[in-house]
Amino acid sequence: MQDVVRLALPFDKKELKTLKVGDRVLLTGEMLVFRDAGHKRLYQSIQEGKQAFEYAGETIYFMGPCPARDGEVLGSAGPTTSCRMDKYTPYMLDHGLCAQIGKGKRSDDCIQAFKRNGGVYFAAIGGAGAVYSKCIEAAEVICFEDLGTEAVRRIKVKDFPAVVAIDTQGNTIYNE
Amino acid sequence: MIKIDTSVIAKRIGESIDKISCEIEPSCLAALNEAYSKEDNPTAKFALQVMTDNARLATAEHRPVCQDTGMVVVFVEIGNNVILTGEVLQKAIDREVEKAYVTLRKSVLDPVSRINTKTNTPAVVHTSIVEGDDVKVEVMLKGFGSENMSKIYMLNPAQGLDEAKRLIVESVRTAASNPCPPVIIGVGLGGTFEKAASMSKHALFRKIGSSNPDPVLDALEKELFDKLNALGIGAQGFGGKTSCLGIFIESYPTHISSLPVAINVLCHCSRADAFVIDGKKEGEICRTL
Repeated sequence: MQDVVRLALPFDKKELKTLKVGDRVLLTGEMLVFRDAGHKRLYQSIQEGKQAFEYAGETIYFMGPCPARDGEVLGSAGPTTSCRMDKYTPYMLDHGLCAQIGKGKRSDDCIQAFKRNGGVYFAAIGGAGAVYSKCIEAAEVICFEDLGTEAVRRIKVKDFPAVVAIDTQGNTIYNE
Repeated sequence: MIKIDTSVIAKRIGESIDKISCEIEPSCLAALNEAYSKEDNPTAKFALQVMTDNARLATAEHRPVCQDTGMVVVFVEIGNNVILTGEVLQKAIDREVEKAYVTLRKSVLDPVSRINTKTNTPAVVHTSIVEGDDVKVEVMLKGFGSENMSKIYMLNPAQGLDEAKRLIVESVRTAASNPCPPVIIGVGLGGTFEKAASMSKHALFRKIGSSNPDPVLDALEKELFDKLNALGIGAQGFGGKTSCLGIFIESYPTHISSLPVAINVLCHCSRADAFVIDGKKEGEICRTL
């Protein structure tokens, strides 16, 4: 793969500023993983005044894995459609979330929130579950274990391929 | 009459699930490889490279192509000379689905409580009675990133085919990056509300590159295929030459008051299989289509 930018997580916000829409990246480091049900429950916990876990400074990957097979840390592990998490995203970016990884376009409110907070939205490659499974070096459930595939996990990845889909200037790769 | 035990059908469905969860349907994979070779948008090409690498890796190591191993959709055509013996078909199929999904993601839950069934059952099983001595089965693992982008319209006759065409293009345009393009589109034209929807799903079993046996629908497919690829959505919505790998239309007579149009969206990794259980044969009675 040519012209790929290697980046370490957790992100340095200054480094995020140098990224431009369409940049191809390989990510290495730790991120949080959860999707629809995890967001719904986290949001509820915040509304009730007892936030279930901290996400400030983190990157969230929208994903629900397959069970692990022999030799795997997690099973297939590609991104899910991000727009279902749009409802929660501006609040989370305003409260310290650094970046998100998923697939597909985002709402205007989200784009503004990425811009306002200097955050970045990365598109992982949908359907590439086996490739992403190979990038995962460690994984543990940190909250809402009862949600099964939708539980909140912390994972450690190496050379995780993605594309900058919304940059800190609020530019987006998806032409509407 | 010919007797076929439902466990024979169900076991073969279980084998299909194990295979297709890890292998993209061959005509779809060929189309994806072709899209990669002709793409010159660098971001889309990067996506197509990861997608085709993924397909090779998944097949070689027998790991699920996509973590969304879907809901199981089965179409069963039962010959009118066949009697199904043993368990009720749905129950037999669900038993094998449960076994096959031990190592796959269990995504099926109750729509009201949202409590997971933990087995990926029930499967969605469509049965029909046709002439003949055998049972034809088509199996698909349908992911919901694309399923969520599907649409159905009940048009009036004055709106006609032109409006149907416009809505098909519009639905792909607005789905954009969400259903993991390049997409495959199934269209059900006519019938009733539910007939249109089921035809649009069944159409997705056609092989990419195959012609529609109806020349009028074939021309319509070609016209829409060009329009969809002119949208410029590209792989993963990153722009580029290939937005659609195939569009397949099934039709059925409809009512004088209506033109139902169902549009079922499938992602770039079709996971489908088809086979026939031949009731008259001894020994090896199963033939892959």
